[in-house]
Amino acid sequence: MLEVVNLSKAYNVGPLGKEKFYAVDNVSFHVADGEIVSLIGESGSGKTTIGKMILRLIKPTGGKIIFNSVDIQSIKNRKEYYRLVQGIFQDPFSSYNPIFKIDRIFEMIREEFYPAITKEEWSKRVKKVVEDIGLNPSEILGKFPHQLSGGQLQRLLIARALLIDAKFLVADEIISMLDASTRIDVLNTLIKLKEKGLSVLFITHDLSLGYYTSDRTIILYRGSIMEYGDTVKVFKKPLHPYTKMLLESVPTTQKVWSNSYISLHGRNVLPSFCKFYDRCPLGDSTCKNVSFEKFEESHFVACVKVTGEGEHVA
Amino acid sequence: MLEVRNLKLYYRTLRGYVRAVDDVTFQVRDGELLGLAGESGCGKSTLGNGLVLLKPPMNFVGGEVQLDGEKLPIEDYERMRDYRFKKVSIIPQYAMDALNPTRKIGRYIEEILESRGINFESVRETLIERLRLVNLPERVLRMYPIELSGGMKQRMVMVISTLLNPSLLIADEVTSALDVSTQKAVCLMIRNFKELGIVKSIIFITHDISVLYQIADRIMIMYAGKIAEVGKTAQIIQNPLHPYTKMLLTSLPEVGVRYTERMLSGIPGQPPQLLEPPKGCRFKERCPLRDKVCDKDPPLVEIEEDHVAYCWKVKPNA
Repeated sequence: MLEVVNLSKAYNVGPLGKEKFYAVDNVSFHVADGEIVSLIGESGSGKTTIGKMILRLIKPTGGKIIFNSVDIQSIKNRKEYYRLVQGIFQDPFSSYNPIFKIDRIFEMIREEFYPAITKEEWSKRVKKVVEDIGLNPSEILGKFPHQLSGGQLQRLLIARALLIDAKFLVADEIISMLDASTRIDVLNTLIKLKEKGLSVLFITHDLSLGYYTSDRTIILYRGSIMEYGDTVKVFKKPLHPYTKMLLESVPTTQKVWSNSYISLHGRNVLPSFCKFYDRCPLGDSTCKNVSFEKFEESHFVACVKVTGEGEHVA
Repeated sequence: MLEVRNLKLYYRTLRGYVRAVDDVTFQVRDGELLGLAGESGCGKSTLGNGLVLLKPPMNFVGGEVQLDGEKLPIEDYERMRDYRFKKVSIIPQYAMDALNPTRKIGRYIEEILESRGINFESVRETLIERLRLVNLPERVLRMYPIELSGGMKQRMVMVISTLLNPSLLIADEVTSALDVSTQKAVCLMIRNFKELGIVKSIIFITHDISVLYQIADRIMIMYAGKIAEVGKTAQIIQNPLHPYTKMLLTSLPEVGVRYTERMLSGIPGQPPQLLEPPKGCRFKERCPLRDKVCDKDPPLVEIEEDHVAYCWKVKPNA
């Protein structure tokens, strides 16, 4: 459904903008129909930039994004594009106009996208969609955004995208601001819709949420993909030292953190070296010109230290 | 040692008082890291802020706070100046925005210290040593906040808050905005501050119980302005007794759980509004064990040493 090919975004930095900083560096992946793909990385890894490029909020400097076999830059009518591709962001509280009630927000979609549909017909649709996301329309529609919880607001944003009849969702850190008791409902809503054919690019820094929700996982570091593949395979057998470090750092109630040292520093990596080189416990002069190796069916890694058995050579 | 007895902190609104912290009694012992967890709106941040920075619209309605045997005048904003930063300090929720963007960090610290009548040079050595502890180079003092990453600013604020070795440190959602790797590093650093004796005790406020499992000695769960359950970390995680704690723990997505294997569920319903909170147990509307008796205020049940819950349905030695 959506294919990202050698996508890059470079910013000019330094004196007179002579140097290039690659926020996204030659990234390729695809999202199939009815699939949730999670894009996991630390802040600054370029995950949000990728999401914004897919939503056409910023222009890529290299590569292309193909949606349903069409390069999205060539779609002149943005409204047509946004009818199919929608985004949801981190902060549900600032996504709404605070003086509009929820039903008015939904009514605006009709005016904008479906003026031919009658109000009665539309309000039936609204009710159905609100029920689909697990909320009670009579309790929700007459309320202002501040009267609802973050989880409800976030699910209503999903409902909004569904009303437009979007086929692809970019969900950028949609649950990081929500409470433990409600975030799972938002995830379950996404999963339910996925099973009906919606495709989702699930951007997060929280590995546990990625594992719970997604079919495939992409691990991103400083604009480049380190490891990708089937979610279960990537989590059960992490290959890249970066993936391992991330998984080690996730707090759980099963295991207490080991006191292993985490390097937080590192900025200047020489070109052609692996980007994780300076933080990597295994990094040495051989970590150059890394390319993706197939480790097993649908599991790929970009690390020269990984051997055929998935062990590392020191 | 911090002792809080029957503390009530209400917000004044046009329609009446919002009972954000309502009759809360607990202790934080010396050398202890107490984790404080709950949903948004449960009063955990109000409690943390109230102990340091109590100002309108937050109102002190009743109760007593003692720190190291001395009464803490939290209701008196002016008198608290003698204690704030020196005896009790806070790393605020948005620590990243706590630094002055127009000052270099060194100059900013100098100004704070001057306002407390302390000479910068007298603490310079400590400052540099602390920077090393949190893995920051000395040159950050000559930098502007904008030149630092989120994690660096967070660690910087941590150093500033604890510069005068306060007895009690309150860390309010300090890691919520950080990456997992930075989160781990910052959490371990905070615990290290306690172990090195820089601060005597810490209240670590978060909505993420799995973080508390890593670093807390005891955990206190709050719900709708009241304490639900308090216990040692292992007691709370392995043997939760209050229905709310149980549901909170089972709604936790962790690595190792996939929707295809086990569909998790959230806690249905919403916390009650605290303008006119329901009588009796505040969790009753969402509780599967609800009963008539829950309309009366829940009793404090001591299950084992250190492990207490406020619930009618919890039996001692159950």
